[in-house]
Amino acid sequence: MVDLWQGLSQAFWLVVTLDAELAEIALRSLSVTLTALALGCVIAMPLAALLAVRRFRWRRSVIAVLNALMGLPPVVVGLVVYVMLSRSGPFGVFGLLFTPTAMIIAQMIVIVPLMASIAHQSLRELWAEYHDLLISMNVTQSQKVRTLLWDARRALLTAALAGFGRGIGEVGAIMIVGGNIDHVTRVLTTAIALETGKGEFALALALGFVLIALTILVNLLIHWLGQTEREGRW
Amino acid sequence: MSGLFPLSVTGAATRRRGKRLVGPVDFDWDGQGTQVVLGPNGSGKTTLLRLLHGIARLHEGEISWACGTAAARNAQAFVFQRPVMLRRTVGENLAYPLTLRGVARAEARGLAEGWADRVGLAEMIDRPASVLSGGEQQKLAIARALIVEPELVFLDEPSASLDGRATREIEAILSDAVEGGTRVVLATHDMGQARRLASRVVFMLHGRVHETGPAHRFFDAPETAEARAFLKGDIVE
Ligand SMILES: Nc1ncnc2c1ncn2[C@@H]1O[C@H](COP(=O)(O)OP(=O)(O)OP(=O)(O)O)[C@@H](O)[C@H]1O
Ligand SMILES: [Mg+2]
Repeated sequence: MVDLWQGLSQAFWLVVTLDAELAEIALRSLSVTLTALALGCVIAMPLAALLAVRRFRWRRSVIAVLNALMGLPPVVVGLVVYVMLSRSGPFGVFGLLFTPTAMIIAQMIVIVPLMASIAHQSLRELWAEYHDLLISMNVTQSQKVRTLLWDARRALLTAALAGFGRGIGEVGAIMIVGGNIDHVTRVLTTAIALETGKGEFALALALGFVLIALTILVNLLIHWLGQTEREGRW
Repeated sequence: MSGLFPLSVTGAATRRRGKRLVGPVDFDWDGQGTQVVLGPNGSGKTTLLRLLHGIARLHEGEISWACGTAAARNAQAFVFQRPVMLRRTVGENLAYPLTLRGVARAEARGLAEGWADRVGLAEMIDRPASVLSGGEQQKLAIARALIVEPELVFLDEPSASLDGRATREIEAILSDAVEGGTRVVLATHDMGQARRLASRVVFMLHGRVHETGPAHRFFDAPETAEARAFLKGDIVE
């Protein structure tokens, strides 16, 4: 209990004094996850839409695989990305291991299946609703996809938030591929793991509270942005 | 306008799990007047309309529009029995089919405003279509179909959820469209409406075209016993 209070008050102090190191790793956490989120959305959302509207041979299998990948252990993702990026791996020449880029790649692999699965659910429902109308209007494949993505944007926002939540709180994958290097790849979650290991519970807790606050803040912000059209059921 | 007609349907049928839902249907149309499709519940009116529009699978026979199947649907619009609303505002629903055709936003908005006004939804134009009542949604769906000035519009029980006044308003709009050259195929349970609008009647029973002919003849002197019973309001077996 004492640790909790200490953590809370330390978190408070770190924030109000604008602790430079805290700001640095918090910003890095944000930039890594937001980049992974943005790039991940570009892949996940159109993929989800295509899975909803296209009838191709392996569709069911792709959906099943995607659903299974939602539960992918981040540590394993980290390991695989590590092997791929390491000096002797296929992408070793790019020298990406232990860089924020490697962390972004790993996080994308973790959150894309999650976001695509959630998005697919709602896009499939919307497509069932729109199917007859859009077929009747003779829409092209790309008009179809754009219509669905636009009209399901609220649900897609929810999918993106789920992806953000998973990404920002993720530690296993980025620890492995990032290496938790001070001033280079250290982010909130890896710092928490480090401080806990050192027995600095109060500091670890403080970082934890900052992480939670950050997550809530981003959620509120995105929700607020998504509420620009206030009225109505949609 | 030209392109769709003459229409020639020969032995057209659609199946579901091996069972014929509708057909075989033989039907020719030179494109004159308004076709009204009548028949008891489940007789295949909706399915016939969908088949003609090309959104139900054609398993047997042939449906040939003068301009070919691919071009045909672009010249047509369909108002569904249960209106499908896009999750957008009333105005955006109206503008949608226009923007699909590459009409500029401002122009589409202008046309949408005009049509919203015509169907009495001017004040609702910036509200989500979801907040409209069932009848208002029906009117919106009709306006959204007519806004592209289709050569042919299919209407599946368009006034099922409209009150008397709204029904008359819609019929007036349809009459205007017909005068402007739009052809209409309309399925309805409203006998008064059928008499007011029909120039020809297609009477469906058990998935087949049971009787067809000019409206005045069908209503005044139906040829088959089933049609007579249907018009009297008796149960048709
Ligand atoms: N997708 C489907 N699967 C199975 N049966 C169907 C399907 N669509 C229609 N049917 C059946 O085909 C028959 C004709 O249906 P349809 O909707 O065309 O009738 P309708 O004349 O429009 O009836 P209503 O007046 O009630 O609208 C019905 O018996 C219906 O149950
Ligand atoms: Mg019907």
